[in-house]
Amino acid sequence: MSADYVLETRNLIKEFKGFTAVDDVNLQVARGHIHALIGPNGAGKTTVFNLLTKFLIPTSGQILFNGDDITAMKPAAIARKGVVRSFQISAVFPHLSVLENVRVALQRKEGHSFHFWRSQKVLDRLNERAYELLASVGLADFAEAQTVDLSYGRKRALEIATTLALEPELMLLDEPTQGMGHEDVGLVADLIKKVSKGRTILMVEHNLHVVSKLADRITVLQRGSILTEGDYSTVSADPRVREAYMGTAASEEQDRADEQAAMEVVEEARG
Amino acid sequence: MKLNKLYVVLVLLAVVAPFFLYPVFLAKLLCFALFACAFNLMLGYVGLLSFGHAAFLGTGGYITGWLMMNSGLTPELAVILGTVAAGALGAVFGKLSVKREGIYFAMVTLALAQLVFFLYLQAPFTGGEDGMQGVSRGELFGFIDLTDNLNMYYFVLAVFLFGFWLVHRTIHSPFGQILKAIRENEPRAVSLGYEVNNYKWVAFTISAALAGLAGSTKTLVFQLASLTDVHWHMSGEVVLMTLVGGVGTILGPVVGAGVIVTMQNYLSGGELGNYVHIIMGFIFVICVLAFRSGIVGELQKVWKRNFG
Repeated sequence: MSADYVLETRNLIKEFKGFTAVDDVNLQVARGHIHALIGPNGAGKTTVFNLLTKFLIPTSGQILFNGDDITAMKPAAIARKGVVRSFQISAVFPHLSVLENVRVALQRKEGHSFHFWRSQKVLDRLNERAYELLASVGLADFAEAQTVDLSYGRKRALEIATTLALEPELMLLDEPTQGMGHEDVGLVADLIKKVSKGRTILMVEHNLHVVSKLADRITVLQRGSILTEGDYSTVSADPRVREAYMGTAASEEQDRADEQAAMEVVEEARG
Repeated sequence: MKLNKLYVVLVLLAVVAPFFLYPVFLAKLLCFALFACAFNLMLGYVGLLSFGHAAFLGTGGYITGWLMMNSGLTPELAVILGTVAAGALGAVFGKLSVKREGIYFAMVTLALAQLVFFLYLQAPFTGGEDGMQGVSRGELFGFIDLTDNLNMYYFVLAVFLFGFWLVHRTIHSPFGQILKAIRENEPRAVSLGYEVNNYKWVAFTISAALAGLAGSTKTLVFQLASLTDVHWHMSGEVVLMTLVGGVGTILGPVVGAGVIVTMQNYLSGGELGNYVHIIMGFIFVICVLAFRSGIVGELQKVWKRNFG
């Protein structure tokens, strides 16, 4: 039945010295779904993500893409197969123009990326497609801007446009709305919804509101293993999930309060 | 457009310069300028500091020198073969080193270059400590006599312009675009499907070949290939030239080489001869502390502020 799944992991395990970060995870991502990977801090979401994108090597287990074993492939190689990731910190090329950012992605299939003796004017014929992609994420007016000058939300949008340029079959998004203001969250969520047509998306996401709006299926991780799976209503009704989440949500708040108190002490000492 | 005009003016200056200044000195200047441009391709545009570029300068020099003394080839062929040899060595070094970054990359390149240094020290054909002396300049294409200093200078100028053009083109090519992307955000370049090490490797090979080209022509100019050119001091000097001129700017290394070579020339002759290294060290410290982007980089900033 694996044909229905774009991505599958079998008994995936990742051990760091004396500590199992990912413990026997069997994940199945169905074709056409937006699949969310959630869980409290330290649950192993990012580790799973890095295993899937080959930035980490699993201790044991298998990763299948369209039924092919990609466990041993290199990160750049799976990108060429159609699995493209995003990063937690927005991954753009800051000192290239917005247009150039997208062109870097478009350029790969042109086959002249090693041609150091040719003028970069050959890249101009990619402009039309690049403009289309920028327009699709609402950045057409910023094409000539230096990327470093864009707002955070726009950088994220640019990153998505760049990823789309590769026409990936599977997009892996690492906390796409992290660190964003309210408006940007809505913007990016809409964008993800829009680009999900005709492709599969697996995302790690903290913002449960975004997850509830977007995800067709949710996998909850806790301490490196799958706690439960299902759609939002199933998962959110599960008392274990509530416990896992509320537990840390409360402790996070506690952390923040502690931090605040510490800062105040420092301020006082300075004053 | 403005930049193009600047280039035209500079080339015209270079053409008339030997009527006012000693051509051999100017030729030396251009050789080092080319060497620095080659080095800058790695440091400025790939973001990797090679501490072993002397190996390529020296290899170009020794191979060309040996060919001129023993093979009866015309100088242009000897220079081409010297360049190819340096490029081949660069391809090997590059394969071994581009997987590393930062200080580790510098250390690997330094270690490999030291290996080459001791090889040349021991190898009989280099003349060891004495160097390879009395290399004939020969006749370019079989009919242009290079023993004439003016002819020699124009040959070096042509070589330099070719090398400079190649660096410029490489930076502004589809390949250069990927190099920039890698320098800006390497993990992202990987996630877009680029095998970044292959790109770094090609850049390293080009850089090594051009350093070899500089060494080859330099050997013809001075009719000498010596251990100085493969010594790690030379690898350090090219870092200095590039930083003083402006790393990551196309003209920076040229300016930097000009400043350093001129200083060495005039200081070593005068009363301050013994203090050359101290003075250069001092300038280096000032540059690193106050003028981070080098002469050309700082000028560009001023230009942008006032006219940009």
